[in-house]
Order: sequence, then structure tokens, then C-alpha cells
Amino acid sequence: MPATLFLPAVLAKLADAKEIPVSGTTVGELVADAAARFPELAPRLRDTDGNPYAYVTFYLNDEDIRFNGGFSATVNDGDELTVVPAIAGG
Amino acid sequence: MSAATLLSETSATADALPDLSPEEILRYSRHVIIPDVGLTGQKKLKAARVLLIGAGGLGSPLGLYLAAAGVGHIGLVDFDVVDLTNLQRQLLHGTKDVGRTKLDSARDRIRDVNPHVELTTYETALTSENALKIIKDYDIVIDGTDNFPTRYLVNDACVLLGKPNVYGSIYRFEGQASVFSTENGPCYRCLYPSPPPPGLVPSCAEGGVLGVLPGLVGTIQATEAIKLILGIGEPLIGRLLLVDALDTKFRTVKLRKNPACPSCGTRDITQLIDYQEFCGVPQAAAAEQKAGELPEITPRELAERLKLGTVDLIDVREPHEWEIARIDGARLIPLATVADRLHELDRTRDIVLQCKGGVRSAKALRTLQAAGFTRVLNLVGGITRYSDDVDPTIPKY
Repeated sequence: MPATLFLPAVLAKLADAKEIPVSGTTVGELVADAAARFPELAPRLRDTDGNPYAYVTFYLNDEDIRFNGGFSATVNDGDELTVVPAIAGG
Repeated sequence: MSAATLLSETSATADALPDLSPEEILRYSRHVIIPDVGLTGQKKLKAARVLLIGAGGLGSPLGLYLAAAGVGHIGLVDFDVVDLTNLQRQLLHGTKDVGRTKLDSARDRIRDVNPHVELTTYETALTSENALKIIKDYDIVIDGTDNFPTRYLVNDACVLLGKPNVYGSIYRFEGQASVFSTENGPCYRCLYPSPPPPGLVPSCAEGGVLGVLPGLVGTIQATEAIKLILGIGEPLIGRLLLVDALDTKFRTVKLRKNPACPSCGTRDITQLIDYQEFCGVPQAAAAEQKAGELPEITPRELAERLKLGTVDLIDVREPHEWEIARIDGARLIPLATVADRLHELDRTRDIVLQCKGGVRSAKALRTLQAAGFTRVLNLVGGITRYSDDVDPTIPKY
């Protein structure tokens, strides 16, 4: 399934784009697709075992994937996956 | 939960509300003529007690707007001193305040904005020892802190005490805001169960922040706090607002309360913990110590060695920082490229690594050591201390 991965500015520089076209049937596959194409981005999206971090939240459209199966969450054509890493500045 | 439901939790009941003087009614006239606020709403604001944690970037618009709006009692927690680099965004403080405590500066400014505000200041870091004692006296807490340990501390304290936590956080051009820790809403740990390892996420001091961004996000936090006090509108409970100032995009995503959350779900966290340890700060320091003492050189020693030409100076900062300031004789090899450019270095000479403050150059030094370099030294305090100790014409940033 074609989908779009949206990156915050802090990660976008590792992929030279804020929006990346990605493909896969699950969120994990979308992330793996982006990770394979942008090796510097890869460790910022998931750990070495391919699992999500507790401090990087993914939203499939507007829903937190952790409540829909995590990286196993099913992706539909045209879905938007947004990465929201923790920031602490104030 | 609607704001109306929260009303009874955060404000005094209607018959116990304080009176407003004719001067106050005039001062707040643009509020009281809004039917949704009215005289009763303005009295609720006067009765409210709001605690701001941090008098910096987010705390500045928060302090100014909440005071102007007539919030009757504002508590302010901060232990910092006004620095010249704060003034690009921290509007509570002015040039004349550089060197004063932020609380002294904030007190003067807030009193000028609205002398009716009762201000309580806490010149301390918020800690596991003092947080519950300070927070318990307030209706609403606003998180304007700048580090992960304090954010988790504020969260857990608010959950334990049942206080709404108006959250905001910023980095460069982007920000987040939400309202946590209401009776049935999610908390900060539902969003981020655990923090990133120390050093992974740069602070505003390390990575920078657009000066108006805390203005945007802090003003949103102030708006949420006022809505909670008035019991109007739809607060950011169960929603996370994402602000992108560069593309001028605002969007909200759904936040859910995590039934397994140890803070607000299972309530396994029954008392405040050591948040420095929870965030891995002492562990990271111990690991650094275990890696061995860093061979170091002071700025004055470096200046002598540069004159003699007996050392190669490698600047591992970013090109945009090199544009701001550099030490004569240095060569730029940004940290991220060091591992790929080792062949450019002469391992038969002494190599000094330098960055802004000494942290990134320490990482570069470890990379060189791992690659077998033995004649490597870290410039203590980086270019900042070099400017202080050797050449004040080099700008600090």
C-alpha cells in the first residue's frame, strides 16, 4: 500500500524531506521501508530489533498506533503516518 | 471530559467567588463583556491559583497573559538567572534584568502588568522532595520546563494530586501542547512511557529555538489554562496539538489514556521517584566515567601550542556554527562525518578536538580513540571558554 511518512524537522534532515512516500501493508513495513532507504534515519525510528521506542510515537492518520496493534497495525491506501518524537524544550 | 465538568474541580463555587472592584471591572472589561466569560468568569479567574513551572521561554507568555487576564494567584518556580541569550524569546525579562534572578525580574514585570495578581515565587528546582508540597496549593499546573526529568516529575506529581497539567514543549520550529492528568484523561506517560536516552534529543540551548515559538506554544498553554478555569470550550484533553511554525501547520492527534500506564492507569506509582535516575542521567555520567578520563587541554595551553604549530586543531561543530565563530588555525570536520574522515587526520601529531562547549568534541575523541588514535586531546569548555580565556573577540553564542 502506498502511504506517506511525515517527519518532524529534527528527523527530516536525515531523509532530506519532511514527507516521504513509503509502501507496506503494516506500519512496521512502512517504517522498515523508510529505514532501508535512509540508514541514518533508521535508528531514530525503531530499535535494532525493529521495535518502536517508548519515546517516539507514531500516528496512523490521527490514531496512536499503540492502540491499534503497534507496528502490526494495518495500513490502507493513502494513509498518513506521522512520527512524533519526544522533545523537552521550554 | 468537557471543560464545564472540570470547572468544579479547579475553581471556587459561585457564591464563594471574590468581588471585583470598579477598577478591576474596567481593567477586565473586554473579558466581562464576552457572555461566555462575564463577571462570574472574571471572578473565577481571580479565585484561581495557577502554578507555572519555569519562567523561561514558555513561562514568559504564560506569566504575562495569565497575569493580564486576571488570574488571582500565580505561583512561579525557577532557580535560574537572566542571561543575554534568554532575551531573544523570554519576554518576561529585559536587557536591564541580565544577571538578576528570573523570579525577581518576573515579579517586577508581572506586577507592572497587573498589580492585583498575588505572586508566590519558589526559587528552587522542582524536586521529588518539594514537588507535592508546592503543587498541592494550586488548581492548575503549567509545565514550562526544559528537561525530561522535570517533565516526568511534574506529570507524576500532578497525577498523584489530581491536578490538571497543561503541557507544552518546543524545539527549533516545532512544538507540542496538551492537557494531561485530568480525572479521566491521559497523562504525559501515556504519550511517552519513558524518556529518550540522555543526549539523544538536543535541548534548545544545544539545538536552538525560534524566538517566537515559545510565544506560540506558551500562549496556547495560557489559553488552555484559562479555558479550564472558566469551564468553557473544548480543552486539549485527549488531544496532542502539533505546531509546525516553519510550514505554519497546526494539527491535533488523538491521545488515549493507557490502562497500563503506571502513573494514571494502574497507579503503581504511589510516590515520587528519582527522576534523574529514571531518565538515565547518572547512568550516562557513570558510563562516561567508566570509558576513562578524557585527555584534555585548556584554552591557554592550546593557544600556546597553536603559536608553536605543534598541534592540529579539529573543530567538530556544524558548518553554520563555523560561520558564527571559529578559532584561527582550526579545521572543520563536523562530528557526524568524523568517522568517515579519519584518513584526513595525522595520527603522528597531537590532535585537539574542539566544539562549542566540549561535549561533542568528547564524543569525537572517543571515536578517534576507538580507531587507534593515541595523541588526542579535548579542548576544555570548547570555543566558548577559549573566547573567555584567550580571545574575547571570538563571539560566543
